[in-house]
Amino acid sequence: MGQTLLNKVWEAHKVRDLASGQTQLFIGLHLIHEVTSPQAFDMLRERGVKVKFPEHTFATVDHIVPTDLVERPFIDSLAEEMLVAIENNAEEFEIPLFGIGDRRQGVVHVIGPELGLTQPGMTIACGDSHTSTHGAFGSIAFGIGTSQVRDVLASQCLAMDPLKVRRINVTGKIDAGVYAKDVILHIIGHFGVKGGVGYAYEYGGEAVAAMSMEERMTVCNMSIEGGARVGYINPDQITFDYLEGRPHVPKDGAFDQAVEWWKSMASDENADYDDVATLRGEDIGPTITWGITPGQSVAVDGVIPALTAFPESERSNVQEAYDYMDFAPGQKIAGTPIDVAFIGSCTNGRLSDLREAAKVAKGNKVTTGIKAIVVPGSQQVRQEAEAEGLHEIFLEAGFEWRGAGCSMCLAMNPDKLEGRQRCASSSNRNFKGRQGSPTGRTLLMSPAMVAAAAVGGEVVDVRSMMN
Amino acid sequence: MTELSIRTEIKGCGLPVRGADIDTDRIIPARYLLTVTFDGLGDHAFEDDRSGGQHPFDQAQYKGAKILLVNENFGCGSSREHAPQALTRWGIDAFVGESFAEIFFGNCVALGLPCATVSAADIVRLQDAVEADPTQELMLDVAAQTISYKEGTIQCTIPVGPREQFISGTWDALGQLMDAGTAIDATAAKLPYAKSFQST
Repeated sequence: MGQTLLNKVWEAHKVRDLASGQTQLFIGLHLIHEVTSPQAFDMLRERGVKVKFPEHTFATVDHIVPTDLVERPFIDSLAEEMLVAIENNAEEFEIPLFGIGDRRQGVVHVIGPELGLTQPGMTIACGDSHTSTHGAFGSIAFGIGTSQVRDVLASQCLAMDPLKVRRINVTGKIDAGVYAKDVILHIIGHFGVKGGVGYAYEYGGEAVAAMSMEERMTVCNMSIEGGARVGYINPDQITFDYLEGRPHVPKDGAFDQAVEWWKSMASDENADYDDVATLRGEDIGPTITWGITPGQSVAVDGVIPALTAFPESERSNVQEAYDYMDFAPGQKIAGTPIDVAFIGSCTNGRLSDLREAAKVAKGNKVTTGIKAIVVPGSQQVRQEAEAEGLHEIFLEAGFEWRGAGCSMCLAMNPDKLEGRQRCASSSNRNFKGRQGSPTGRTLLMSPAMVAAAAVGGEVVDVRSMMN
Repeated sequence: MTELSIRTEIKGCGLPVRGADIDTDRIIPARYLLTVTFDGLGDHAFEDDRSGGQHPFDQAQYKGAKILLVNENFGCGSSREHAPQALTRWGIDAFVGESFAEIFFGNCVALGLPCATVSAADIVRLQDAVEADPTQELMLDVAAQTISYKEGTIQCTIPVGPREQFISGTWDALGQLMDAGTAIDATAAKLPYAKSFQST
């Protein structure tokens, strides 16, 4: 039998087997940000340890960055303290930092690919669960905690348990008005939020092969919401075309050599998988979460499912979701009024996401009383969007146009829900309290669907606005 | 490794927190991540779930409990180590549950906090028993993979890698990883991308 990409990358990066049975894996690219790194640097100082390979670590700031006013010092003194900490740590340990005012600053999972740091065949780690995003390039990318950030800084390695691989084929074509976000919400709905524990998800099939790199990133980004710490897609010509010419990608002859190696790391035709599953692209419609986990979703023309549709063991959670979200079984999801619309995040804050949302916003107006914000995933995305005039479309329609950051995905900056507000959001988590209000309600959907909801004032099938 | 790092027997009272898919945003809301240390996080564990005052973390009978009893997929979501940091600073030394999210589990290992899995029926049995008598002492035996309570002993599972790390006191992986020394450099040298990486 052939090898999977996961097996090949694992073998290429294996330093040794540990006595515990785990593998010591070399980490090719380490990305850090301001929230999960300061304690790791303190641990290095306590132990008197240096960063082993500073050239393999890159830092940026994203989680706490205000998206309207970025004058220093920040109004929030705690946020300012965190900024100062990463600036000082980057300087002391000689790590490049794409900080405030740097045109390369942005959400860590947006800038890695954008700068060409993320490449096929690599191992990648970052103190953030959405590190799985980078798997879109055929890398094996792990979200880690702060002690492991310390481990990577000090040794450039992680101690890892082996992973199984589930191949998920999405066959056929995706309809117009249906996006990568809908595909991954559908996959999570199918396998459940813990279906991927212990697995890496390898996504493939015609519908995935046809996706752009930005769409593939959206799919891989939310692997963790299905319980899979790692998600990836085998690299192909679309991957290589995206990478060519980016700042950290090899140039000229070296690029051709790199492509040869990248191709060699892809899963073999006859690769041996621990599990294989197939879903039909035609079965996927615009998908929205109605509950408090990303697995609790329904198609836009569907209704809130009945309690009896769930196994006995899940029913108390489903009841909790009905109560928290104020939904009743049988209620249509379309027509649900919203208070806030958020377009952005590492899931859907890239240029193509903003383009699709702008197509919907163009010539329309945000419903009076709705707060609608567009937060580009990086300064580069912002600049590119402005060069195309997307900001004017959004502003004209009544959206706010912001600077780059994580913003209302997790509300560590001033962008937060208030009280029981209901938010149509292009982000990745609809957990209780996730968007900054302990009682706030989140409906996850594609950026185009968020734009449609902002215009309609309620959940709307974006396809009805496309003809 | 020192005696202090060995985690073979964890004894103490239990504390049930029921419900599947309890995510790390609920364990420690993001607003408490605006900090450069982990100090003080224990006070905010489950902050938003505790607003009604009825949460087990606020109930007098569970004061001083050491072993948290949870259901399926505990610790899903964000990779924030602040979650196990908050729980251990509150006083938790070990977890027994039906299943754990992978990153949370790994973060717990790195902090020397064993997470043991038991069947759905057994975790409910344990939660019920502890609710009936919160004063009883539980004992998680990492090597034997058992959890003992007043009415008996239940088999549990801790995967072999982490189990060995707890038994040998090597759960703090950094020492071992650094011990690989030149083998790390040798692996790096074999990787074609490592050389051309900085070509800005």
